[in-house]
Amino acid sequence: MSAQVEVLEVLAAPGAGCVTLDARGRSYRELNRTLRSLATRRGVSRISVTNVLGQRYIGTNLRGEIEVRLYGTPGNDLGAFMDGPVIYVYGNAQDGVGNTMNSGKIVVYGNAGDIAAMSMRGGKIFVKGNVGSRSAIHMKECGEKKPLLVVGGTAHDFFGEYMAGGTAILLGLSLGPGEYHKANFIGTGMHGGEIFIRGRVDPSQLGAAVKISEPAGDDMRRIADAVGEFAELFGYDAGEIMHEEFLKLSPKSLRPFAELYHAGSRDSLQLG
Amino acid sequence: MKSYLLPQFAVHRDDDRCIRCKVCVSQCSFGVHAYDDEDDEIRSNEGACVGCQRCATLCPTGALVIRRHPHEFRPNANWSEEMLLDVKRKAETGAVTITGMGNDKPHRVYWDHLLLNASQVTNPSIDPLREPMELRTFLGRKPDGLLFKDGRLITDIPPQVMIETPIIFSAMSYGAISYQAQLAFMQAAQELGTLCNTGEGGWPMDFRRFGRNVIVQCASGRFGVDPDYLNQAAIVEIKIGQGAKPGIGGHLPGEKVTAAVAATRMIPEGTDALSPAPQHDIYSIEDLSMLIYALKEATNYEKPISVKIAAVHNAAAIASGMVRAGADIIAIDGFRGGTGAAPRVIRDNVGIPIELALAAIDERLRREGIRNRASILVAGGFRNSADIIKAIALGADAVYIGTAALVAMGCTLCQQCNTGKCAWGITAQDPYIAKRLNPDIATRRLVNLVRAWTLEIKEMLGGMGINSIESLRGNRLHLRGIGLQEWELEVLGVKGAGQ
Ligand code: SF4
Ligand code: SF4
Repeated sequence: MSAQVEVLEVLAAPGAGCVTLDARGRSYRELNRTLRSLATRRGVSRISVTNVLGQRYIGTNLRGEIEVRLYGTPGNDLGAFMDGPVIYVYGNAQDGVGNTMNSGKIVVYGNAGDIAAMSMRGGKIFVKGNVGSRSAIHMKECGEKKPLLVVGGTAHDFFGEYMAGGTAILLGLSLGPGEYHKANFIGTGMHGGEIFIRGRVDPSQLGAAVKISEPAGDDMRRIADAVGEFAELFGYDAGEIMHEEFLKLSPKSLRPFAELYHAGSRDSLQLG
Repeated sequence: MKSYLLPQFAVHRDDDRCIRCKVCVSQCSFGVHAYDDEDDEIRSNEGACVGCQRCATLCPTGALVIRRHPHEFRPNANWSEEMLLDVKRKAETGAVTITGMGNDKPHRVYWDHLLLNASQVTNPSIDPLREPMELRTFLGRKPDGLLFKDGRLITDIPPQVMIETPIIFSAMSYGAISYQAQLAFMQAAQELGTLCNTGEGGWPMDFRRFGRNVIVQCASGRFGVDPDYLNQAAIVEIKIGQGAKPGIGGHLPGEKVTAAVAATRMIPEGTDALSPAPQHDIYSIEDLSMLIYALKEATNYEKPISVKIAAVHNAAAIASGMVRAGADIIAIDGFRGGTGAAPRVIRDNVGIPIELALAAIDERLRREGIRNRASILVAGGFRNSADIIKAIALGADAVYIGTAALVAMGCTLCQQCNTGKCAWGITAQDPYIAKRLNPDIATRRLVNLVRAWTLEIKEMLGGMGINSIESLRGNRLHLRGIGLQEWELEVLGVKGAGQ
């Protein structure tokens, strides 16, 4: 065992490929370095970490097919720039879950803070509870890569602002009967991607850049796939969730601000 | 609506010299010249001319002269022609006027009010032709002190990037500049042993081989930022602001987001590439620190992390915060810095000159005892080697050059970069126009420029009796001000000439 790993107690190795670490009192740098070295070790496919308390950047610079189970509360930027791993959080997550994430999966069995899925380009994030402000902000997509964010509850302001690609879904399961989603300015400046909302939103909660429609057949198939995975992860009845109506938000234009600007030269004016 | 704007340039063609070769017709990307078959005549719609001088430069017989249009309004000290035209333009479009390149207003250029010293009698000058002159520079955080044990260094040295000359190429995105232009920067940086900066528009896969000479940016749009992008570069730079447009974001219009640009930025083709004004994960110095360390984690603490801001009123305090937040390099872009596109009103009115910002920042970091913790890069209107050496004496570690590098490639500062029609192929996206920039010739021109400036810097250093650029860094005793007021001398931290 390398010196780096010894800084953390290896509690047990219940099955082949599974390692358990105790994060109590460990700095994020120590913890992440250890995760990196364990993840590259042959035969290790799952790492459980107990007593996680505020350590940042877990999953950043971890690559490839590794599963990480976090017990406790990881710190900000969980899975920032992440490329590949699958992370389960048995607790709440803080700000910046999946910030600029490239691929992989993050599952949060609680709430997540602000800017969840910010600038996310690929992979999936499932949050059982609610997310904070500016979540799904500037999500994008690229070729085959289409990120997915599914939030069981509701979100706060600026959900999907500047959204440029991917799919963000709000299920509204935490809302009481007749209660509206919390977010205002949903999809402000949206110029790509799609948002599906289950539960009530007033048009005044939406940004000027979004178009409201009813999801079409293949939209519903995509929603059903995402809800199916969500329900399986968190123990819901997918059919029950799908029973209620969804609203689709998409950009009115791929170029929301084009009219506000003008190239200064004379020839680009309409002459005559 | 009929436009009331007058032509800006007049096209004069000497018909005796013109041989009807139609070079001007094919070279003007703004569609000014057209050949009339029937009359065997070349006609020019001068209203569309932007004064880029491409046609005049390439006309084989020198038949073309492009000059400012001689029309004159009644003189008015308050209402210059520019003001009049700007009002009319807005009245016709109802939109923000976008322009390219840097602030063109006649603000004081402090470099021209700073004089360098030279050795006489005492401390003899050095002849750079005979003696080695050290311009090699290391970018990155320097330790607070060095500890030795048994004669061996035991202090951990943070990552450093070595450059052979303190001149590096500024951030310019693929999408703003052409593929050919970016290739020229990469090749020139490699040949010179220095760095170029991808800007925030991603990093084409074919250019990854230049990684050791490349700074990549992580900006609010996060275009093309993935683990490979971060790890294959020499330095990662967080772009907060740009001198030409402090405080605002940017957007590359959808029509410039071609398949290749989209793949590089990792976004869908044809959509606007929006860079929000702030980075939405950075609303404070603490948040900045969080991103700095996220990038350090993502690159295994092997690369210096730079943070770039525009030079604004409180730049010194902000710089102090940036260093304390963990930046290994701070890059400051003055208000004369160029841009591919910015609202003209912002470009011309927001920010402060790099000379003053640099002096204030270096002074502040020294006073706080943290100057060693970050290298300082400065940008924004460096026009010659004297500007550069003065910047180093004011405290810079190295200088970013953008506009000067473009001029070396052919740019004439026509300020049309935002139109994508650059007749010199530099900021063009149309493959037909972009192809006219030969990357190998452009590389030669860039290498020659930096080599010439490097030699000149050695000459000036030698004249001061200094044989290493390190000894000049922040050494303001080698500078004197001329024609400056008391407050300006004070901010610059230099004495007046003769004092
Ligand atoms: S090439 Fe340039 S200078 Fe010549 S007519 Fe066209 S815009 Fe004017
Ligand atoms: S880069 Fe091209 S368009 Fe821009 S100022 Fe220079 S010559 Fe004009």
